[in-house]
Amino acid sequence: MQSNRTGYAFISPWLLGFLIFTVFPFVASIYLSFCRYDIISPPAWVGTANYEELLAKDPRLWKALWNTLYYASVAVPLGIVAAFALALLLNLDVKGMSVYRTIFFLPNIVPAVATSIVFVWILNPQIGLVNGLLRHIGVEGPAWLNDTKWAMRSLIMMSLWGVGGSVIIYLAGLKDIPASLYEAAVVDGAGTWDRVRHVTIPMMTPVIFFNLIMGIIGAFQYFTQAFIMTAGGPEDSTLFYALYLFYRAWRYLDMGYASAMAWVLFVVVTTVTAVVFRTHRKWVHYGG
Amino acid sequence: MNENPLTRLSPAQRILTHAVLLLLAIPFLLPLAWMISTSLKGDAQIFPREGSSVSPVSLANLIPSPVQFENYPAALKTVPFAVYLQNTLLLCLLNVIGAVGSSAVVAYGFARIRFKGREVLFVLLLATMALPGQVTMIPTFALYTKLGWYGSFLPLIVPAFFGAPFFIFLMRQFFMTLPEELAEAARIEGASEWDIFWRIILPLSKPVLATCALFQFLGTWNDFFTPLLYLNDPSRYTLAYGLQQFMSSYGGKYAQLMAAATMFTAPIIILFFLAQKTFIQGIATTGTKG
Repeated sequence: MQSNRTGYAFISPWLLGFLIFTVFPFVASIYLSFCRYDIISPPAWVGTANYEELLAKDPRLWKALWNTLYYASVAVPLGIVAAFALALLLNLDVKGMSVYRTIFFLPNIVPAVATSIVFVWILNPQIGLVNGLLRHIGVEGPAWLNDTKWAMRSLIMMSLWGVGGSVIIYLAGLKDIPASLYEAAVVDGAGTWDRVRHVTIPMMTPVIFFNLIMGIIGAFQYFTQAFIMTAGGPEDSTLFYALYLFYRAWRYLDMGYASAMAWVLFVVVTTVTAVVFRTHRKWVHYGG
Repeated sequence: MNENPLTRLSPAQRILTHAVLLLLAIPFLLPLAWMISTSLKGDAQIFPREGSSVSPVSLANLIPSPVQFENYPAALKTVPFAVYLQNTLLLCLLNVIGAVGSSAVVAYGFARIRFKGREVLFVLLLATMALPGQVTMIPTFALYTKLGWYGSFLPLIVPAFFGAPFFIFLMRQFFMTLPEELAEAARIEGASEWDIFWRIILPLSKPVLATCALFQFLGTWNDFFTPLLYLNDPSRYTLAYGLQQFMSSYGGKYAQLMAAATMFTAPIIILFFLAQKTFIQGIATTGTKG
């Protein structure tokens, strides 16, 4: 059915929203990134001052960028490996599998605010569950979220608790692999490990790729857990980019500077994603 | 069960699989079990005895004794949970109606009507999904503040009515699988595009509508960031935001805090068990077709 007027009428809610909530703010934030702006008084043009400060005079920004890249490069691959391994296990043919699947998936649907609060409690150095259990085997655990070295590791471990969502995606992918491929591999004399390596993993690369991209984008948006659990501390060791941007914009009302930060974020995310996409032809297989 | 040779196991392998899965299940369940158990404990079981700097945490301690249900009513008294719940449910309802309704209309346009610029606009729509929220956040905040919406529910409701790109994408994929003949027949009988959308396509699309409604409900229920930006009056707080405020004000009242966290999480877990299939299928489609 060809009809310009009807077509545009149907998509008009999105088109309008796109103009108001995407195009306008997108353009406005470029302008604001060259201004001093505190919401209360009108924006004042400062040229490239924000970008100069950002590049040369703000070590906290670099710390935040480093923390975010570190989290992305550790938590994302760890999450992929853990989810993939769990999915392989959960794809085996034993009784009660649906119960196991539910158990591993459940943490994924717990709201981030609740997860954060529960982990603050179980990671409490004196009276928390984790150090309590460690004491039983004679180990004095670290101060976790209060320790500059362990705070980031705590958040990374916590992220693994929520891998259940990706497990479901991998499981669906595993189900889509045609049995004939495995049969052919068996005929060729492939053992279990050969089948995983030469059939399962190559066939799953599109799903792994999807999870990788989503994981990277997610790391740059990482906010709620850090805000609630550590507020970026101790000593900025968990100051994530999105968190620092929030502080600059809403604590210090540096909306112009925060806009410049948002643009740097945009460039970094686009670059990292583009680089990953570049590698994509080398290792992602489509079709059988 | 699929019939690939990877899944055929000997009895010994079966036992090993169970052992590994059971072992792995512990860290996945323990935090939730600990949350519920703490919510039912008295202070004597949570805090160290006098003269000791550490509490006697052990797995035996997982069972609250005596069981103290009082933490729940006490938590409800410390924070106006009922008000937060009411606010959250209102926002969930309006967001589900707004996002699912508007996205379905838009998705129909993209799936079933040919118009100039359709492909370009659809690519733009997909691109907005990858755009980091931070880039548009500040001018949007400024806009709402100019409109005098700061502190009200409006910034938390209005955007939902302009279509959610991810839902539009999911629904479009679904609408495209429906046979065109039904619509053709209706068109010959003089039905308008709106009639076809409303009377033929929507009734056939309940699964995808349910998936999107569920995702939106969860998204609004869990949302912490938008209330943090826009709400300043405790009578308008949502559960997610109220819970965080509870923690920052009464962080040491662990039993009550865990009771509040349990009350906040339980509805989602119940919802999961009621709509398990929609949940799992929704997430699986996200990853494999997305």
